[in-house]
Amino acid sequence: MRRTLQAIPLLLLISVVLFLVAMKSSPAGPLTPYLTNPHITAADIARLRHNFGLDKPIWVQYYFWLNRTLHGDLGYSTSNAEAVTTAIMQRLPATLELMGASLLIAITAGISLGIFSAVRPYSTADYIITTLAFFGQSMPVFWFALMMQLLFSVHGIPLPFGYEIQLPSAGMSSGGGFNLGDRIDHLILPAFVLSLLQLALFSRFMRSSMLEVMKADYMRTAAAKGLPFHTILFRHGLKNAMIPVVTVIALSMPSLIGGAIVTETIFAWPGMGRLFINGLQQSDIPLLMGYLNLTAILVVFFNLVADVTYAWLDPRVKFD
Amino acid sequence: MSTGQSVQEVAAFSYDEDVAFTKVTLWKRFRRHRLAMAGLIVLGCIVLAAVFAPVLAPFLPNHIDNVHWQGTPLPPCFENAATCGGHPLGTDEVGRDELSRLLFGARASLQVGLFAVIIEIVIGSIVGAISGYYGGWIDYLMMRITDVFLSIPILPLLLVLTAIVVATSSRASLSFGVIVLVIGVLSWPNPARLVRASFLSLRNREFTEAARAVGNGDLRIIFRHLLPNAVAPIIVQATLDVANVIVLESTLSFLGMGIQPPTASWGNMLTGAQVNVENAWWAAVFPGIGILLTVLSINFIGDGLRDALDPGMH
Repeated sequence: MRRTLQAIPLLLLISVVLFLVAMKSSPAGPLTPYLTNPHITAADIARLRHNFGLDKPIWVQYYFWLNRTLHGDLGYSTSNAEAVTTAIMQRLPATLELMGASLLIAITAGISLGIFSAVRPYSTADYIITTLAFFGQSMPVFWFALMMQLLFSVHGIPLPFGYEIQLPSAGMSSGGGFNLGDRIDHLILPAFVLSLLQLALFSRFMRSSMLEVMKADYMRTAAAKGLPFHTILFRHGLKNAMIPVVTVIALSMPSLIGGAIVTETIFAWPGMGRLFINGLQQSDIPLLMGYLNLTAILVVFFNLVADVTYAWLDPRVKFD
Repeated sequence: MSTGQSVQEVAAFSYDEDVAFTKVTLWKRFRRHRLAMAGLIVLGCIVLAAVFAPVLAPFLPNHIDNVHWQGTPLPPCFENAATCGGHPLGTDEVGRDELSRLLFGARASLQVGLFAVIIEIVIGSIVGAISGYYGGWIDYLMMRITDVFLSIPILPLLLVLTAIVVATSSRASLSFGVIVLVIGVLSWPNPARLVRASFLSLRNREFTEAARAVGNGDLRIIFRHLLPNAVAPIIVQATLDVANVIVLESTLSFLGMGIQPPTASWGNMLTGAQVNVENAWWAAVFPGIGILLTVLSINFIGDGLRDALDPGMH
């Protein structure tokens, strides 16, 4: 509970910083796109400034902004000609689908590979997995996306008997009604691309955490009781080894959000990331503000979830 | 309440006071890490290639080959020696030599990585040192500020800041210096937390008290006595961050908000290649290999350094 309350001043502080960035570093704040519009004169700008209250002191502006934001009004998106809330809410499900799928891939595959490595430390398989994890961590997402498109979409992977693996690499469906198989086909490439960095990271942390846990006294005790290996590993080992990994998963949120921007741009995924890039090109300040605030909330929320999970996994940690 | 991803990695690192970090033992331990040695050699080659780019490049990086180029990218010589027009790795979509641009792109990546990390480490060390040394409300305030910056995803924030620069002046004003500055200034919270953690444990140690007892001022204690003892984790963090920054810069450049064309960077080379990925694979493959090799080498070196500086890990 105290943690949740601590998140509120943090989010307020974040919004202040973002507000200052948006208002003070651009010449006309939310009116910036109008500056280059030949149909809008300086007098119009001045009138708009006054009407929008942009000539008031910055803290008054912030107060009005905060008040409206708390009522769910994020302003008007100039690049989409609709309310920012509407624009974001329309794209949110697509982004959540993509991020959820890749987080799922990263967690299951990363943790499995990490455990596999830790069970056979310094074996050939361990070396291969660890080295591949380094590759995954060093891979620029946008280039990996291009290469996956080149491999699976442009050329296709030939299989025996004239079959070929070819995956769609643009959009989230072929259109025309909902078709689960089609949706999954479209999801495979972007979700895998987006998951790679996290997958590599989680497997490395899982490996070192599991190796650490396997040295613990309670593991030896469990073995001495004659418990089968998989029981020791999963019942006693996994839960303890997960403790530090949970933090790493929560902390990977900002990089997942950044990766989603790139992945959505390359795979023409109709999500928030692409909306953000479009808004960026047209200086759509209210939209950018809305996006940044929303992603910051997501990050803070995931940190909270991590804290709670942490306490659940490790009863020695108590939050009041 | 939260630390960044790379801090988490370095958090596994515990400073061991009993081990003397002489240069010789460090080098011996580092040499045992085979991948780190491989990384050092590869990175060494890339750095040399970047430094001697003007000598090594067969063409000027922005030179358009009007003689051979006919509107489509020329293939590499190993693929088609007859039509490559003397371009060892072919040309890009407007007829500029791929190899020359790769060599000059290495300069951009390495320079941004190096300078941004220097800025980041300087700011981070100062903030972390003050925070850890003085503690109390200064520490509380500074750590809440790092919370703020760690909660805003860095890529979109960087994009917004660079886009504002573009919107307010021009695309050309998004120069090398601006990118270095923006990345450097936004990345300080991670090293700050790291230095703070070291300082929290160092500030109550006997040598600190001794230094205070003989009448040293705070500044002198911080810079002469504490900071040198906190340098090991900073080095590891800095190394890994050079890799992070190189990826960040190439991503920004790829999205059109980093190094601006015609100046070559591995990121913006891929922007152009994306359109032609079907008939000119080389333009899409080589710059990415450049980024991957550089970043991978640096990550291996960072890992080797961590192992060498922290023998307790193995």
